[in-house]
Amino acid sequence: MKKLVDLQNISKSFDGELIIDDLNLYIRENEFLTLLGPSGCGKTTTLRILGGFETPDTGKVIFEGTDITKLPPNKRPLNTVFQKYALFTHMTIAENIAFGLKIKNKSKSYINDKIKYALKLVNLDGYENRMPDSLSGGQQQRIAIARAIVNEPKLLLLDEPLGALDLKLRQDMQYELIRLKNELGITFIYVTHDQEEALTMSDTIVVMNKGYIQQIGTPEKIYNEPENAFVADFIGDSNILPGIMIEDKLVEILGAKFACVDEGFGNNTPVDVVIRPEDVELVPEGTGTIEGEVSHVIFKGVHYEMEVMARGYEWLVQSTKCFQVGTKVGIKVDPFNIQIMNKPVSEDEEAIGVDE
Amino acid sequence: MNKKILSAPYLLWSVVFIIIPLLMVFYYGLTDKSGAFTLENILAIATVEHSKALWLAIKLSIESTIICLILAYPLSMILAKLNVNQHSFIVFIFILPMWMNFLLRTLAWQTLLEKTGVINSILKTIGLPGINIINTSGAIILGMVYNFLPFMVLPIYNSLSKIDKNVINAARDLGANGFQTFLKIMLPLSTPGIISGITMVFVPALTTFVISTLLGGSKILLIGNVIEQEFTQTGNWHLGSGLSIVLMIFIIVNMLITAITDKDGEGTML
Repeated sequence: MKKLVDLQNISKSFDGELIIDDLNLYIRENEFLTLLGPSGCGKTTTLRILGGFETPDTGKVIFEGTDITKLPPNKRPLNTVFQKYALFTHMTIAENIAFGLKIKNKSKSYINDKIKYALKLVNLDGYENRMPDSLSGGQQQRIAIARAIVNEPKLLLLDEPLGALDLKLRQDMQYELIRLKNELGITFIYVTHDQEEALTMSDTIVVMNKGYIQQIGTPEKIYNEPENAFVADFIGDSNILPGIMIEDKLVEILGAKFACVDEGFGNNTPVDVVIRPEDVELVPEGTGTIEGEVSHVIFKGVHYEMEVMARGYEWLVQSTKCFQVGTKVGIKVDPFNIQIMNKPVSEDEEAIGVDE
Repeated sequence: MNKKILSAPYLLWSVVFIIIPLLMVFYYGLTDKSGAFTLENILAIATVEHSKALWLAIKLSIESTIICLILAYPLSMILAKLNVNQHSFIVFIFILPMWMNFLLRTLAWQTLLEKTGVINSILKTIGLPGINIINTSGAIILGMVYNFLPFMVLPIYNSLSKIDKNVINAARDLGANGFQTFLKIMLPLSTPGIISGITMVFVPALTTFVISTLLGGSKILLIGNVIEQEFTQTGNWHLGSGLSIVLMIFIIVNMLITAITDKDGEGTML
């Protein structure tokens, strides 16, 4: 697929504080790309640079081969859906949606057709003459999306658009957004701190922390093969353990040897090991690779979440089988489910500030 | 029940200090010296002297209101753009004169503007011709603008700072340039503040007699001066009350018009 947007060597600081440091990223046509990270990681600033609301200190924004770094927002061939809807409260829904088209001097009949089409698309037909304040949060967000897409942008930027909605509505809207993207065939860049949202909707996830890109990949790749401890910790629950790569396909964790599938880390290299809680297998005492004792059990609906104390480390385990607190168990892990990562060598790979 | 008891002091206050005086104004305005009912005091507005004073008062207050609006809107826009620390300092500077007595401030202007006053002395020292503004309508407008400008700035500033930055960004994002964003988004969203500011400047400007006495000399009579003279000099409370009623009706009609214009009802004082 063709590159639509190319961010080259973007840096930005506010009041002497570096928010984005030498960021390079391209977005392909028709992609659903999510910028994911904790607050303050630079994801929103990246989006605002794309929208034209911030100018980067260094670097270029290339859109279809043209440098748009210095172009004001109203001249850019893209539209934004803002966090708290940002509807024009003094205008009706129809006037809100028509705003961009009127500025572009489109004909009345064209605008009316577009309003009808956009309202149908977001399942709110018949709302033309309502005022924004009389709509629920979810409906207002749909209008904000409708208002953006009637302008037929090549790229739609979405800044945590579902952040203000409740859980059920948020899940419904996630499916709506995927449907919209497929129907419209435009590129979405989505900003969120919600890893589940990112995994559900994206073609590509860009995990960011402290102004650096930590990993770029498909949701499966990001979840199953995190490149460093930050990504592993931020995306879902995980056990991150210190380990030593003894040789190819053999890692020592907490003094016990586990078979794995990773190669090329060298011999006797210290590494980080990620094991997802659902990949930890609990077996009867004496049959596991290492032995431990169940210390906590919580029922989570689909599965039980247990903590198992083994060799001084509290293992997080998710299983449909329940083991009572105090049960002595063995721990086994399938070689495919052990993910080996290099220890952080430079600052930008450090797993810092997850809770910040 | 408890809540009703709590409201008693306010009820008492408004009866004693608002409703009774108002009824007294109406009583005096609608009776003659013998106590008989008459409309003469009200109809007295039609005399040349009185209608001229009312007309002049309306003209000068409209002019000062417009000048206040022109000065206040850009200032409010600048204030609303600053960050919290900066703007609270400037708002503070702006409100500071309001802590001084209104009479004193106006007297200060008198001293400044007099023929041999501070401004003219300075102009003379540097060899420029003196200005002759004291005892003109211009001086009265200056006094009105100076005294009432904060009442225009604050409501407009409030309504502007309430506008979500992303609403402005959204307008820009949808293709509007700076001027279009101002015209279609900022101006309509700050209309309640503008209307409230207009009311808060226009009403005191229309009824003032202090500013016109101090800065207009005895030559320029506004309706406020006429009413004041009826009470303090002529001692004709009946005519003074009658003219007050006319002025009151005029203000109420004005506020009703603004209330109808401002359909959200956010900015009016009614």
